[in-house]
Amino acid sequence: MQQPQRIVYVCRGTACISGGGNAVYEALQSELEHQGVENATIDFTGCHGFCQQGPNVVVEPEGIFYTHVQPEDAADIVGMHLKEGKPVERLYYREPLSGKPIALYSEINFYAKQQRLILRNCGHINPERIEDYIGQGGYRALRKVLATMTPEQVIEEVKKSGLRGRGGAGAPTAMKWKFCHDAPGPTKYVICNADEGDPGAFMDRSILEADPHTMLEGLIICGYSVGAGTGYVYVREEYPLAVKRVRKALEQSREKGFLGKDILGSGFDFQIIVMEGAGAFVCGEETALMASIEGRRGMPRPRPPFPATSGLDGKPSNINNVKTLSSVPVIIDKGAEWYSHIGTEKSPGTAVFAITGKIANSGLVEVPMGTTLRKIIFDIGGGIPRGKAFKAVQTGGPSGGCIPARYLDRQVDYDSLSQLGSIMGSGGMVVLDENTCMVEIARYFLSFTQDESCGKCTPCRLGTRQMLEILTKITQGKGQEGDIEKLEAIARVVKASALCGLGQTCPNPILTTINYFRDEYEAHIKERKCPAAVCDSLMISPCQHTCPVGINIPKYVAAIAEGDYMKSIETIRERNPFPSICGRICHHPCEMRCRRGELDDPVSIRSLKRFVADWYFNNVTDDPDPFPQTRSERVAVVGGGPTGLSCAYFLVQMGYRTTVFEALPIGGGMLSVAVPSFRLPAAVIQKEIDYIAIVVVAKIKAKSAKEAQVEKALKDVLPEARKEKAFLSLSSLWEERLSTPFQPLPLCLLWL
Amino acid sequence: MSGDIKAPEFDFDRLEEIIARYKGQKWSLIPLLQEVQRELGYISPAAIKPIAEGVGMFPSQVQGVVSFYTGLHTTPRGRNVVKVCRGTACHVRGGKTILKIVKQRLALEEGETSPDLEYTLETVACIGVCALAPNMVINNDTYGQLNPKKLNQIFSSRSRG
Repeated sequence: MQQPQRIVYVCRGTACISGGGNAVYEALQSELEHQGVENATIDFTGCHGFCQQGPNVVVEPEGIFYTHVQPEDAADIVGMHLKEGKPVERLYYREPLSGKPIALYSEINFYAKQQRLILRNCGHINPERIEDYIGQGGYRALRKVLATMTPEQVIEEVKKSGLRGRGGAGAPTAMKWKFCHDAPGPTKYVICNADEGDPGAFMDRSILEADPHTMLEGLIICGYSVGAGTGYVYVREEYPLAVKRVRKALEQSREKGFLGKDILGSGFDFQIIVMEGAGAFVCGEETALMASIEGRRGMPRPRPPFPATSGLDGKPSNINNVKTLSSVPVIIDKGAEWYSHIGTEKSPGTAVFAITGKIANSGLVEVPMGTTLRKIIFDIGGGIPRGKAFKAVQTGGPSGGCIPARYLDRQVDYDSLSQLGSIMGSGGMVVLDENTCMVEIARYFLSFTQDESCGKCTPCRLGTRQMLEILTKITQGKGQEGDIEKLEAIARVVKASALCGLGQTCPNPILTTINYFRDEYEAHIKERKCPAAVCDSLMISPCQHTCPVGINIPKYVAAIAEGDYMKSIETIRERNPFPSICGRICHHPCEMRCRRGELDDPVSIRSLKRFVADWYFNNVTDDPDPFPQTRSERVAVVGGGPTGLSCAYFLVQMGYRTTVFEALPIGGGMLSVAVPSFRLPAAVIQKEIDYIAIVVVAKIKAKSAKEAQVEKALKDVLPEARKEKAFLSLSSLWEERLSTPFQPLPLCLLWL
Repeated sequence: MSGDIKAPEFDFDRLEEIIARYKGQKWSLIPLLQEVQRELGYISPAAIKPIAEGVGMFPSQVQGVVSFYTGLHTTPRGRNVVKVCRGTACHVRGGKTILKIVKQRLALEEGETSPDLEYTLETVACIGVCALAPNMVINNDTYGQLNPKKLNQIFSSRSRG
């Protein structure tokens, strides 16, 4: 059968390249030649925004989406798909929960539920070929602007669209342009802020790598509107590929006459210069960025004067984020009216989020403003992997805050996020699950801002240090009463008095975590416990910290690794007399907290316990030595379930003579009568009881635990003359009142 | 940084060439410093004065800029610069453990260079490949979705190569 002409697009964004995207591209090309396929071409694109599935390959015109492609898969893609028209099913994307394979790009939830305006070309065009961009309608807006509109009309159009700055604060873009336009002076500058320093945000990098021309077109239009002759693009040096593609795009744009003298015959001259950052986070702040372009230390200065009147070189300057500028061509092309209907009334348009952290589908998401957090995280993001619980989402990077689960149904826009104490910021969205300690997260962000604070103003320089010290103290278990209040007080001062955005917003992570997760702070300070088992100083290991009986898990796991099984089982029995039972039915909270689980899979702590317990019962035939009796008092334990048996075990370990009384003919209590035998075989329980019976020496007497009989039983074991103790671990299917028989006892512990 | 590192000779002739290339350009200091670092590996403290003369600034101003930006270095760096990402996504997905393993493997602390100038270990605020966290960068190669096994493979294959 005649096959249609196909184009195979290999993603060559930074993320996919790190997974082998370049090798895939080369393998496909050589395979195409090798197999002599003529009606197909291999091309590449920038980032699709679904980096986690990379390296990604899309085959057009069908729109088949292949994930995790390796060079070895090239033979099948060429041989089966391009030659015979049979797509390679094993490379399809699979739904994280159902495992259902999905062939088409457009049918994957991650993409289908997005609305892509800013990212419209990302993953669909070759970013290193201007013709591709022009083919998608690129530079049409620029032609329209230069041929038919005055600068004032452009600003009016942007104003009608309601576009707000995508860099974080959300200032109306048209207003900034107008100020700069109205400022007197022949020399003006426009700047694209691509110093995307927020950890957890990577949309600007993706846009520059996948569709650099959109940003350039926006910048040229911006330059025309405010009357500037020169534009700067300030990109982080940590994004080498983005720098390379922007430079290449500039060159092509110049060749095509979209830059330079007398652009498209309009008489408008404009040039763009690329400047690489040198690794200072604070340079994302506008005045600091301008200082950095001028070759000075990148420190912010007080405003006013605002950059619109006195910016770069003291001349009127306008600075916008990559996403803001990338929105401009769409607005001009499709009209402000159309754009203003997307999103909410106060925040029109779309927002790009980078969802990362503990999320199934990590990547770039563009949705209309006003979409709920739940839709972004669960519908598009696919929820939390490994069956863990959602705890909070951190938005806006180090300047933002943590939003807890109860606000999942909030619509996301500039205003709703600031009501919750966070900000839109750069659009980073880091999803946190139950294994994240909120105090530690606040400390992490503070250590970042403290490190990046330029040191110019006192509130930021000293405030961040003080707050970081208190937070570090709390995470080390040295917190004191009053620390929370002290943190809040310092945070408020820094917020109110710092010079620039970095200082004014850096308390947000602290204030929101205190506001929404105060109990975690209190657990650290009052109980010296880290509920998420993250803070190292408060524990020996997360597994032991989480284990309800506090078994020294690292020690017994290490002993198994050394082959010393006896030492391993003895370690378990120091804290738990039921290794074989717990090796089978414990709900193993330890594994949920295991650090290794963050990288791949947790250590199989429970299975190891089962293994070593089974080894013991299969290989050790000698009876264990009974514990020596060093105390003369006798104790009665009534009820032979896990609690009673454990109690007896530890009492005997302490040297007491102990007897366990049980009403049922079999021991083990609920373990024997409630847990089905396919889950926990009776033989396993019996072995453990036998072991305890040997070690405990006391006989387990099958007697009724009913009240009257308990009294008799107690009398049997407790001679009146001596003061003795009893431990009652009774189980009952309904509420029962225990009365008289226990009154004469000096100490009566009730355990139901 | 241990004291017995034998620094390679800093090539002052090439430094002069680079300074000449940027002569007369507006706001050329930072691009010039970046170029020096790219070509000569680092910015020798002895280079501050000629650079200052070249761009028409005081040496103190140039020194101020060099010390302000974390991307500019005044000591020689290893042939392989390993940067472990400490961004938020990497942090919550076990980046701290990755850093610990890399430290053990290279026997270096953050900011240190091995005496044979083979490796420099640094951390980076965020490299924007958060979807593949935890990440690290060695020279220009990005490595994502790291785990102890993968780290082992990466370093083993590099030391063989």
